[in-house]
Amino acid sequence: MGERAARENPAGLTRGVGTALPSTAMKRGVWRATVHTLTGLPVALLGVVVLVAPARGRTVAWRSSAQRARFSALLGVTVDEGAAARKQIAYHLIALPYNLIAFAVVAGAWSAGIGLLVAAVQRPALIPAAAGVPAAAALAARGLARLDVVLARRLLGPDVTEALTARLRELARARADTVAAADAERRRIERDLHDGAQQRLVALALKLGLTRAALPAGPARDSVGEAHAQAKAALAELRDLVRGLHPAVLTDRGLDAALSGLVARQPHPVDLRVDVARRCPPEIEAIAYFVVAEALTNVTRHARATRVEVAVVRARDMLRLTVLDDGAGGATDRPGGGLRGLAQRAGSVDGRLRIESPPGGPTLVEVVLPCGS
Amino acid sequence: MRVVMAEDSVLLRAGLVELLTGDGIEVVAAVAGAAEALLAVERERPDLALLDVRLPPDFSDEGVRAALVIKERWPDVAVLLLSQYVEERYAVELLTRPAGGLGYLLKDRVADVEEFLEALRRVAGGGTALDPEVVAQLLARRRVSPLGRLTTRETEVLATMAEGRSNAAIADALGVSGHAVEKHVTSIFGKLGLAPAGADHRRVLAVLRYLEEGR
Repeated sequence: MGERAARENPAGLTRGVGTALPSTAMKRGVWRATVHTLTGLPVALLGVVVLVAPARGRTVAWRSSAQRARFSALLGVTVDEGAAARKQIAYHLIALPYNLIAFAVVAGAWSAGIGLLVAAVQRPALIPAAAGVPAAAALAARGLARLDVVLARRLLGPDVTEALTARLRELARARADTVAAADAERRRIERDLHDGAQQRLVALALKLGLTRAALPAGPARDSVGEAHAQAKAALAELRDLVRGLHPAVLTDRGLDAALSGLVARQPHPVDLRVDVARRCPPEIEAIAYFVVAEALTNVTRHARATRVEVAVVRARDMLRLTVLDDGAGGATDRPGGGLRGLAQRAGSVDGRLRIESPPGGPTLVEVVLPCGS
Repeated sequence: MRVVMAEDSVLLRAGLVELLTGDGIEVVAAVAGAAEALLAVERERPDLALLDVRLPPDFSDEGVRAALVIKERWPDVAVLLLSQYVEERYAVELLTRPAGGLGYLLKDRVADVEEFLEALRRVAGGGTALDPEVVAQLLARRRVSPLGRLTTRETEVLATMAEGRSNAAIADALGVSGHAVEKHVTSIFGKLGLAPAGADHRRVLAVLRYLEEGR
């Protein structure tokens, strides 16, 4: 059988090893593995030449895609993109010695196999060896190709940790953008209301006041007076609403001034200490302000406190807010509760919320916000 | 009386001009920005500058800063600030300067025509006009301070006094006799360790400075 194959069809070699590798798919696999391994050396050599060339970043990408094309064309193996440059370079550096050895092994084994087959035509005693060596060559080719696939997938393919890290970074940036955009939007609405509706209402209330003053006592004056009172009430409501959107003094003077105004408007005495030497980014200041505002609202609503202490301290890149009250205690972070709102605000910028509130009090709410700027 | 006015809203500026001229006050300049207001004050040396807190170009606290400049360079020019919000911090910044003729009111107050004109004349005359909301903020912060020793009535008197009113006006507002007010005032100064002073605005400034020290 080997005799005829050797004479008539060198490609029939595979039939000689057919006993070791039974299926045709496998036979095709051996050829592909062989060709893949043999072409590896020139590609790797070319790669080394390119590696010393300038513009390494681009040549690394080019060489990686050349290798990917080799894997895809010869082995039908897809190696996805997404590896870090240093890992790709590692692959290309390993590729040269690896392919040198693989080339030597595979080419040597096949040459020996073919030589033995030819010799076996004259000396039948060599037939077992003539059958065994090509089988070993086939195994070597497949094994080396498989190892190459493993290497390529490891070093050229996407790294799960790296992909997740990149995605995480992307998401964190997107979230920071969203928080900043929402904050900017609140400021814009505040400004628009201030420059628009509030000014108009003041002008209207003034006009009504002037009109009323000019009218003699009577139903007309009363009715204008009523409109006047309503315009003033609308102004007061609008002012509260707008201040809830974004306090302008926070932008102008920072947390100390804004919180001073806030605690001064509380129904209970609040001791305020602000120690922020360098201002935080505007969206962090806004979150800090609203966290304190919400915590104070909670105290007013639930705690029945007689004393509240608010401290805002910046330590390097962290802003630490504490709200301590001597109220009833037993505060918990539950869905829809005020503390959940605090946790959400803090969480939107990777801040942390800690609550200590034993029954009977006192309650300590601590929020730590990152404040790198 | 001659007034320089800075207000960026055209509508409101027109309304204010109407309000002031209607009361016989001469508006010598009505401008939109703080820089123009300072130029107009330098040129006109008015009796009073009526300033919005948020003015072009940055719409933040230009009015407050302009007020401080005016009080520094032209101490005789009275300043009345108007704002959509009154902030304790601005009030403290304004009042820690040694000067009378200063007012800080919520913009809404212009709608109460007579009271507003009265406050404006008081400021122009060297007195003080603080918005009740600012006074409330200033007092609220100090409830734990020696002010806590004041009786409810005395606190009321102090709050009204801090708005810049005279004893007679306080008596009117609280519905008590002038004599009773005098007694309360003396008691307040006693409790706060302050010697009674002459003019209304001096009393207010003394109280506020004391409050500032209590921080």
